[in-house]
Amino acid sequence: MSERNITTIHSTRRSIKYLLIAVVTFVTLITTAIPEIAQAAEEYRTVSVADPYLEMHTGPGRGYPKFYVVDRGENIDIIKRRTDWFLVRAANGKEGWVDRQQMERTLQAVGSNLSFAKATQEDFTNAKWEAGILAGDFGGANIVSLYGGYSINSNLSIEAWGSQILGNFSNGWMASVNVVHEMWPDWRLSPLFTLGTGVLRTSPKSTIVQGEDRTDQVAHVGLGLRAYVTRRFLLRAEFKSYVVFTSRDENEEVEEWKVGFAFFF
Amino acid sequence: MESRFRILFLALPIFVFGLSGCASTKSFFGWGDKSAPPPAEIDEQVIDPEVERREIKEPNIDVENFELGAFAGIMSIEDFGTDLVYGVRLAYHVTEGFFLEGTLGQSTAGLTSFEILGGGAPILSDPERDYTYYNLSVGYNILPGEAYIGEVRAYNAGLYVIGGLGSTRFAGDDRFTVNFGAGYRFIMTDSIALHLDFRDHLYDIDVLGEEKTAHNLEATVGLTIFF
Repeated sequence: MSERNITTIHSTRRSIKYLLIAVVTFVTLITTAIPEIAQAAEEYRTVSVADPYLEMHTGPGRGYPKFYVVDRGENIDIIKRRTDWFLVRAANGKEGWVDRQQMERTLQAVGSNLSFAKATQEDFTNAKWEAGILAGDFGGANIVSLYGGYSINSNLSIEAWGSQILGNFSNGWMASVNVVHEMWPDWRLSPLFTLGTGVLRTSPKSTIVQGEDRTDQVAHVGLGLRAYVTRRFLLRAEFKSYVVFTSRDENEEVEEWKVGFAFFF
Repeated sequence: MESRFRILFLALPIFVFGLSGCASTKSFFGWGDKSAPPPAEIDEQVIDPEVERREIKEPNIDVENFELGAFAGIMSIEDFGTDLVYGVRLAYHVTEGFFLEGTLGQSTAGLTSFEILGGGAPILSDPERDYTYYNLSVGYNILPGEAYIGEVRAYNAGLYVIGGLGSTRFAGDDRFTVNFGAGYRFIMTDSIALHLDFRDHLYDIDVLGEEKTAHNLEATVGLTIFF
């Protein structure tokens, strides 16, 4: 009994130490961020209101109430942007959030309309980088995957994947690289074909099997679908067939289904 | 005096320009045939109106779609008591409604009632009692609006519902974990927000005999900054 009591105190103390570390790091982060915010107060992009009026909301969302209206011809400073909302400051110091549609009808100092970079389906086809998260089933086990890809051209790209496999009998990690070929990259629903290789590390669950950790090479082929949703986002679903080159007499074959989302940039 | 200086300063660029006309650039640009600039050019530059071009360098708009923060609270680990939980979260706001969130958290499991009452050997060793998890979740902001403190202070606030999946390392294994819950985001300034968050973490565990789905309820308070 006494031994357990000691150990419990020990772990609590350690967790408090971690908590302190976390708090200190966070406070340092905030204190470094605040001067940066103050510093940014120097220069803002200024536009003038061209519509009869511009509506300011208290927060960056449709649900936040409108509380102020800026008249036509008045100048506003754009302080920052969050999603499709802009925090602006009127000449009299009033600050509020304005949506993108209204901001696009304001005029810049040169007299032209302000336009904001907006990802389109064309970027979906041509973007160089892509990253995403997928989850699904890997031979009966759950799998969570993270990937990053680079497009050589609109048809061909290289991807690196890191996955965690969580099963009933064993857990594991997998790292792999693959090439992706898209037959019709300009389609909104673009089919893809993948071919790749990697390593799979499996460790049996502690409660069920007493076995050894294994690291095996794998090779895989797959079919999938990328679907453009909106802005920089896409949904991705894929099926991959793996061959695990085990040290035993027979190779293992594993089927994998995954769905998830990704964004391109 | 002043005009003499002006001529001097005007003569200097002409001299430099003249030099550049020599040697390689001469043949390279095909200017070789041209002689030194005619003196008329001096007059031209003297009467050049002093119009300062308005240089328009538009500063970039600061985009703040990320939200980073730390949280602490309590977590009830099924069968293993309730303990302190703390962690970090990073969110990316996709639209005004949707956001993606990644969370890392840590807690420590206590003793089961079996261990306390039975007084036998502990079921788990000390390192196995460390409970760490990561989650990747999708959240949606609902019910945005203003919240009032007293009569004069109004703050933006909103509820969000959130759900996702990840992994929990506990009792010697990594366990596939599904989480869902809801939270209240109280926006103190345009960059700092306070969170009250309630989550249920579900995983299958067989440490205490038969396999079952465990619900680990978590309630935390957090502080985040947008950047």
